[in-house]
Amino acid sequence: MSTDVTHVDGNPTPAHEEGHDSHPSVAFYVTIGAILAIVTGVEVAIYYMPQFEAVDVPLLVILSTMKILLVMMFFMHLKMDHRALTWIFLSGIALAAFMVSALVVLFHVVPRFDP
Amino acid sequence: MAHAIAAADDHHRTWTGVSNWKLGFWTFIASECLFFGTLISTYMVYKGRAVVGPYPEDIFNILLTTTSTTILLFSSLAMVLALDAVNRARKGLAIFWLGMVMLMGLAFIGIELYEYMHFIHEGLTVTSSTFGSSYYVVTGTHKLHVLVGVIWMGTLAWLIHKDRIPPEKSEQVEVAGLYWHFVDVIWIVIFTLVYLIS
Repeated sequence: MSTDVTHVDGNPTPAHEEGHDSHPSVAFYVTIGAILAIVTGVEVAIYYMPQFEAVDVPLLVILSTMKILLVMMFFMHLKMDHRALTWIFLSGIALAAFMVSALVVLFHVVPRFDP
Repeated sequence: MAHAIAAADDHHRTWTGVSNWKLGFWTFIASECLFFGTLISTYMVYKGRAVVGPYPEDIFNILLTTTSTTILLFSSLAMVLALDAVNRARKGLAIFWLGMVMLMGLAFIGIELYEYMHFIHEGLTVTSSTFGSSYYVVTGTHKLHVLVGVIWMGTLAWLIHKDRIPPEKSEQVEVAGLYWHFVDVIWIVIFTLVYLIS
């Protein structure tokens, strides 16, 4: 894969200027895909196994976070791309996570807000 | 003349070193996080509060949804392989992988629509309960995003076929890939919160 990044107009920019290192190989991408499939299998196994009933929520959240990080870092190239892009994406995710958590607490934990 | 060329070059360079198109698209993706955040919040608020059935545990077929989830995850793999092929100027391979992304995207939508038909047959509609309303809105919006992605991939494949996307313009495919992977990330969240956590 090319180490130089090209702007929309076709003017090449040196890789270091865009904050890129070298992109991973095809074999690496296939390995990430296989890991994602395996983790999904583990998630479903946890769902079906009664032994994990007490801890299934934290386990499933951890595993799905792992999958999201793998997709973000390697498939979306955030690990190789400019750091600013990671912060932009993380700010959106953080705000969304805060909103979901706050509403869940308000409606499921604080009885006053019970609909 | 030299001055004009330098000015044109400066126009496309940004002080961050990131192209404007890519920066703008990442900002759009961040805003999409909030958009899906509101929909998922609604589902979570009403989770377990439906007073009439059918209830999630009665109708969800986890193995079927796992199949569609795995297909979507592998479509993300096909997407990075398509970008890799464009960067290496392998036109035929790029079209093949984009075709695979489209095929897997359509398979995902097909499985999910089959699931919808089953749910409607069981009595779960948009108006039957709070579970039905929030479930169809969250998953339906996601499916709409997948459909937009499939159309985008088809357009890219056509443009590559017409030699309109050479390796030096691979950023067009990269940005489409960002959209596709984001749709994948959202499904990972939906699969866990809606289907797996009861």
